[in-house]
Amino acid sequence: MAGVDKNMSILIVDDYKTMLRIIRNLLKQLGFNDVDEAIDGSSALAKLRDKDFGLVISDWNMEPMSGLQLLKEVRADVKLKEIPFIMITAESKSENVIAAKEAGVSNYIVKPFNAATLKGKLSTVLGSF
Amino acid sequence: MAMAALGEDVEKRLHGLSKSVGRIDPEDILEVVQSVMASIEGDHTSLNQRLHADIEALAAYINTAKAEIMKIRADKINAVYLPEASDQLSAIVGATEQATNEIFEAVESIEELASTMAPEQAKRIIDAVTRVYEACNFQDITGQRISKVVTALQNVEIRVDALLQAFGQEGGAAAGGNGTAAEESTATKPGGRPDEDLMHGPALPGEANSQEDIDALLASFD
Repeated sequence: MAGVDKNMSILIVDDYKTMLRIIRNLLKQLGFNDVDEAIDGSSALAKLRDKDFGLVISDWNMEPMSGLQLLKEVRADVKLKEIPFIMITAESKSENVIAAKEAGVSNYIVKPFNAATLKGKLSTVLGSF
Repeated sequence: MAMAALGEDVEKRLHGLSKSVGRIDPEDILEVVQSVMASIEGDHTSLNQRLHADIEALAAYINTAKAEIMKIRADKINAVYLPEASDQLSAIVGATEQATNEIFEAVESIEELASTMAPEQAKRIIDAVTRVYEACNFQDITGQRISKVVTALQNVEIRVDALLQAFGQEGGAAAGGNGTAAEESTATKPGGRPDEDLMHGPALPGEANSQEDIDALLASFD
């Protein structure tokens, strides 16, 4: 796949402002400037139902709705289920990766991560850019 | 009293206690011990004498434990030390977040300046800035680790509170419970989320799956 639309809207979800800022800045460096933020699964879901997004990048461990719950809600929603969904989390156990995969995650990045890993996963999920 | 009958009597009394209060208070155990001791007064077979001595030792042990727990001022641990430790840890999270934000402010300004530089210089600046962004992962990871420690402290607080209640001191913990599984569960599972059992937080070095491990695991689904 080629020709990634860098004007797409990307929703990043994390309850740590620092992490939101890291991901936003790294996405900006990669040419993605239309980035919206949410601090948990519930607010993310509301934003996803309100606006078209081309990608969700979400943390797992958040309250009240976790990233895994958000992923399941997205995949269960007829209008949202095709959105690529990358999990970025400190949860590195195999059971977590398996649970996320079974819930339909597009890719999985373990924290702490670097810019090259983020770029690589974006290429895998969206296509080369 | 014959040994079999005595055994049955002790068992019946302990069973009755556990049924009636849900957990056994040391005072209640003492009461049973004293009652049993009274019932075997005058029965001096060698077995009964041994049992009598054992029960006396048990009573002495419980009394010593009570005295030791009083001495360590468990109430102060709950009322002062544990909350203070939690506050200090929360302050660390706040301070690192503030410092990280200031680092971001500075580095974002540098990144903006890079756009005014020659391409080669700009690339070097951007590469350095990227490394700073990557390093700032630490704030998220340390924050999660500290949250785990605070949760562990909350569990200690609940257990100390249960100890205080069992040995007759006033409970000082906010939870004020008796250390039941349900209360511990509340401390470790603040949101009651369905995937709570999958929320471990950051693993210790050497215990975590690497990105390569995870990529291999994901590939195994294809």
